Amino acid sequence: MTLTVNGRPLETDAPSLEALLAELGYADRKVATAVNGTFVRATLRAETSLAPGDQIDVVVPMQGG
Amino acid sequence: MALKLYDLEVGSRLLLGSALYPSPDILRRAIAASGAEIVTLSLRRETAGGRESAVLVSLIEEAAVRVLPNTAGCHSVKEAVTTAQMARELFDTPWIKLEVVGEEDTLAPDPFGLVEAARILTSDGFQVFPYTTEDLVVAEALLDAGCQVLMPWGAPIGSGRGLNNPYGLRTLRAHFPDIPLIVDAGIGRPSHAAEAMELGYDAVLLNTAVAKAGDPIAMAAAFGKAVEAGRLAFEAEPMEERDMASPSTPLAGLPFSMSEA
Repeated sequence: MTLTVNGRPLETDAPSLEALLAELGYADRKVATAVNGTFVRATLRAETSLAPGDQIDVVVPMQGG
Repeated sequence: MALKLYDLEVGSRLLLGSALYPSPDILRRAIAASGAEIVTLSLRRETAGGRESAVLVSLIEEAAVRVLPNTAGCHSVKEAVTTAQMARELFDTPWIKLEVVGEEDTLAPDPFGLVEAARILTSDGFQVFPYTTEDLVVAEALLDAGCQVLMPWGAPIGSGRGLNNPYGLRTLRAHFPDIPLIVDAGIGRPSHAAEAMELGYDAVLLNTAVAKAGDPIAMAAAFGKAVEAGRLAFEAEPMEERDMASPSTPLAGLPFSMSEA
């Protein structure tokens, strides 16, 4: 299926958000996530299944004013 | 008297942003020179393997400052709320500097979205620092929504214009004598920060004025001193202005005078 991850299309078979993050190499990184604009807390990533067309945001700390 | 922002008693009344510095090392030294105990951060989509973010996180941890995450760049209530929720998990804090942008040229806050987002977030346990205008009605609505701190702008973000509306800021201060008020944004020079503090504001938050100075570390120190001076001056109760001169040197006993006194 095709997802949009951080604004870019991505072909994946990852069944869950947790599996997707592992596939992308974020398993051990401190990130926060949203699916289709809604926050998904870390403890719910494993049970959050993904569907074609879903938009995933993966964010990290950054400088800000 | 010490300043209390939600659960935290702070010594320094200068809050510093972490963006736009020439290098992470200059940011680190600017934080130290400013004396700031609270530093704002943001969150962005992961790029470039996360090296930049990792450097920033360790730098902030070593600086031992309290992190105030922001929702900068959010234009809708939903974006701001989702960003705040992600920030709470990333930074492990209920604090959020809530920005809902209403207009692109001035980055003016959208007061309607701001109040709605503030209500949602405070009822979800957040401690909200709303970036707002000096409008009293909006300020009342934000307090009603559960905010215990207000952060009116001095001038548009990054403009360096100082206090555009000192009268509006004075009325806000007079109307809410007991609410912590922080001038956030628009400060360009230490004199602007001192002016805000002399008006009785509890603190100032700034970023570009330090980060984009020729020497950010020296400017950070200058702002630290200005904020301290402004606060001391406010507590010391400045004299009243008058239109005409009033001699400071005593006139009594002036030589060459025809009268005796």
